Amino acid sequence: MRHITPIFKREFLGYFRSPVAYVFLIAFLGISVSLAFSRYGGFFRAGVAGLESYFTFFPWMFMFLVPAVGMRLWSEEKRSGTVELLFTLPVTTLEAVLGKFLAGWAFLAIAILLSFPMALTVGYLGAPDWGVIVTTYLGAILMAGGYLGVCSLASAMTKNQVISFVLSLGACAILLFLGFSSFTDTLEGMLPLAVADALANFSFITHFDAFTKGIIDPKDVVFFLSLMGFTLFLNVVVLER
Amino acid sequence: MIEVQGLVKTYGNKRAVDGVTFTVKRGDILGFLGPNGAGKSTTMKMITGFLRPDAGRATVDGIDVAEDPVGVKSRLGYLPESAPAYPEMTVEEFLGFIAEIRGFRTPAAKTAQVDRAIKLTHLAPVRKQSIETLSKGFKQRVGFAQAMLHDPGVLVLDEPTDGLDPNQKNEVRSLIKSMAVEKAVILSTHILEEVDAICNRVIIISQGKVVADETPAQLRARKPGARLDEIFRDLTRGDI
Repeated sequence: MRHITPIFKREFLGYFRSPVAYVFLIAFLGISVSLAFSRYGGFFRAGVAGLESYFTFFPWMFMFLVPAVGMRLWSEEKRSGTVELLFTLPVTTLEAVLGKFLAGWAFLAIAILLSFPMALTVGYLGAPDWGVIVTTYLGAILMAGGYLGVCSLASAMTKNQVISFVLSLGACAILLFLGFSSFTDTLEGMLPLAVADALANFSFITHFDAFTKGIIDPKDVVFFLSLMGFTLFLNVVVLER
Repeated sequence: MIEVQGLVKTYGNKRAVDGVTFTVKRGDILGFLGPNGAGKSTTMKMITGFLRPDAGRATVDGIDVAEDPVGVKSRLGYLPESAPAYPEMTVEEFLGFIAEIRGFRTPAAKTAQVDRAIKLTHLAPVRKQSIETLSKGFKQRVGFAQAMLHDPGVLVLDEPTDGLDPNQKNEVRSLIKSMAVEKAVILSTHILEEVDAICNRVIIISQGKVVADETPAQLRARKPGARLDEIFRDLTRGDI
């Protein structure tokens, strides 16, 4: 496991060595903040000193933005041939997968935490429940990890970044829509109730919601962590094949 | 020391490598010759642990690649074909990354190793330049620096002089020659003069099979008076 550090460092700094990091951070913060202040977010209209109107769009934005971060993780290595370099260095596949994943996750966490001026704003305008804000940030970071695990897996399956992006987007969309009643109702019509219920449990939204209300339910934490564990395990399998 | 025994690799229904067997001892520079697509790169990828063979085994210093891939990888230096490297990194950053992975963790050890590799491959003028802005010759040298950074006992070089101008070729050859005294080196090439210039053994591979394994002098003696490329063409007729 001692090789994770150099791989993490290289990958993480890699975001900042190219314009990717800056474009992403600006787009992410720009879109998320404008959505909160838009009439769909209703940041002011709500009249509540909280960040709910800001974070409610996160599951949606992650559906597009996390694949943008994750699509290059493996596809780029495969396309440029550096995967041959990486896997002839004395590292195990697991170390490489973890190092790269953690770098991407840390980058996403930074993007999320950079929204702190929003928290400061509600703190200035009123008296928010800081506990709720902290759990919401925690939930958002965990959710980003879940999305990224899926995207990393998709990226390992192809050397084409466009295919990787589309695959990730599709998989993330399914995991997102599983939480909507209209979608699950359709499923209930086609599948036995128990199966439909089990599938609905895989939704990002269901598990993220509790965090935005200030609840850290072990069930939700375990969901995101096990999703990451499972996708990263498959990631190793795909790369070793 | 490298031992390869009956390596086989099949892609779909094409047998890329078909029972290749040879050994390379310390002090040997083995020239790996063959037409494009004969299985040179695939064989090298199996020795370095990037591809898993369908049959047969490859050992480096007695360690089986299939059993302890990390052990083998830490003992050898490998220059993949066309020297892939992370384009957005500078030469120094890239070699620093390799040094860290190779276990030179303290800043002093890391710098010492990187400086040594940069000096050996004459990369000093471009050490702060990002790799994507380098010419092909420099890129190739970065790949070379990366392969020998940890002073490995075994070097596997896939077309180390490809794309270099005659002066650079000469330089890389003398570098390989000077290092080979205490190393086992395999280098693939399709430049026949290269074999004459630096190798003390030649293996010619055709359609995945070894068709000649001898010294350059013995290869010449196969058809006295003929040019090397004529002998090569006779041996690899099946590929045409």
